[in-house]
Amino acid sequence: MRNAVLSSSALLAGVIAAPAMAGTVTVTIPRLNVAEYHRPYVAVWVEPAGGGAARTVAVWYDIKKRGNEPGTKWLADLRAWWRKGGRSLNLPANGVSGATRAPGQYSIALPADLKPGAYVLNVEAARETGGRELVTVPLNVPNTSGRATGKGELGAVTLSR
Amino acid sequence: MSPLARRLLTAAALLSIPAGLSAHRMWLLPSGTVFSGTDSWVTVDAAVSNDLFFLDHQPGRLETIKVWQPDGTPGELKNGSTGRYRSVFDVQLDKPGTWKIGSQMSGVMGSFKVDGVEKRVGGRGGPPPGAGGQPGAVRQPPLTVADIPANATDVKLTETSSRNEIYVTAGEPTTKVFKPTGKGLEFAPVTHPDELVAGEAARFRFLIDGKPAAGIKVSVIPGGKRYRNEEGGMELTTGADGVLTVTWPTAGMYWLNATTTDSKTTTPRATERRMSYTTTLEVLTP
Repeated sequence: MRNAVLSSSALLAGVIAAPAMAGTVTVTIPRLNVAEYHRPYVAVWVEPAGGGAARTVAVWYDIKKRGNEPGTKWLADLRAWWRKGGRSLNLPANGVSGATRAPGQYSIALPADLKPGAYVLNVEAARETGGRELVTVPLNVPNTSGRATGKGELGAVTLSR
Repeated sequence: MSPLARRLLTAAALLSIPAGLSAHRMWLLPSGTVFSGTDSWVTVDAAVSNDLFFLDHQPGRLETIKVWQPDGTPGELKNGSTGRYRSVFDVQLDKPGTWKIGSQMSGVMGSFKVDGVEKRVGGRGGPPPGAGGQPGAVRQPPLTVADIPANATDVKLTETSSRNEIYVTAGEPTTKVFKPTGKGLEFAPVTHPDELVAGEAARFRFLIDGKPAAGIKVSVIPGGKRYRNEEGGMELTTGADGVLTVTWPTAGMYWLNATTTDSKTTTPRATERRMSYTTTLEVLTP
């Protein structure tokens, strides 16, 4: 459902500013053989290579729709993302935040209005009773391509056009 | 007794008095420094010990500890309790921003002579009256500056002031609680103390009476001493602008202590002012 919203808004942006698709990132959440498994919190964000404000592309966490605590208590465990901009993001964020995902491959459209230039794409995962990992891939807009692989909490992170 | 021996004894006596100035380290250890969500609580251990952060000597004193909310107004300390080796308390971080938790203490200590007998000012007070003392006898209260008689000689007084403060942040960091008072030794961070990352240099300015404290000595000691051989501390000095630069070798909790003396006293007949600043800092992995 979230994916549908995301891609349709990207499509809309594509119509307005064609052909400005900045590309797609594919994130793999590996299946782990552990005694106690919880789906990881994952944040995907883009930073200008020369430094500058981070832009969150996606954050998956345990959204709670009831009660006083909307599920944001453990977001600081995505500690790099939290420091680089997560803490200033109002959640839930339309088209950005969503529920945690099961192991598998997920494609996320990069923001269509990313200006051409050099960036670093960051993917961070933190899992309850598990580990935490940060994977970075150099990102060139509009020639989007690249690949990196995590060691434990994340599998392949692939950039494509 | 030679003058040197006497001076050493006096120095030893002075050192043994307030916990903040002895070899024992006072520390506040928060359960975390970076919090998200809308209902965050921090729980804090307060204790005195040599090794950081092991509970094996004395508890901290809760009555001296205060809480500052992100807007600088007083906050509330909850669920306080004092055990044999530690005190513990909670603070509900019900407002976003950076909170300050800690204590500020000041006093006067030293010695004087009356009719050739040396007496001490400050500290823990004298033993109970009578030789040996009765079981359960109460120690005599410490002498104060007001107790120094007119015929006292060899008056040696030192003003002491110490701060022990920690910083915890809910949501986005703020800086209002760093506003200096302009009195004594204070911490005016350039790098926010809740944004420390291993491998990155952090810069903290120290102020004395609101002005940059150049060339003061600062010890930075990582916790977890029991699990390694060396203390692993760093002995650093502030620059001419009062700024200390620390590069964190690894993530973890660090105890930081700055101590300095000068002669800008406000107590009559005091010749020295001794100031210390202590904080506990959490360094995260990149």
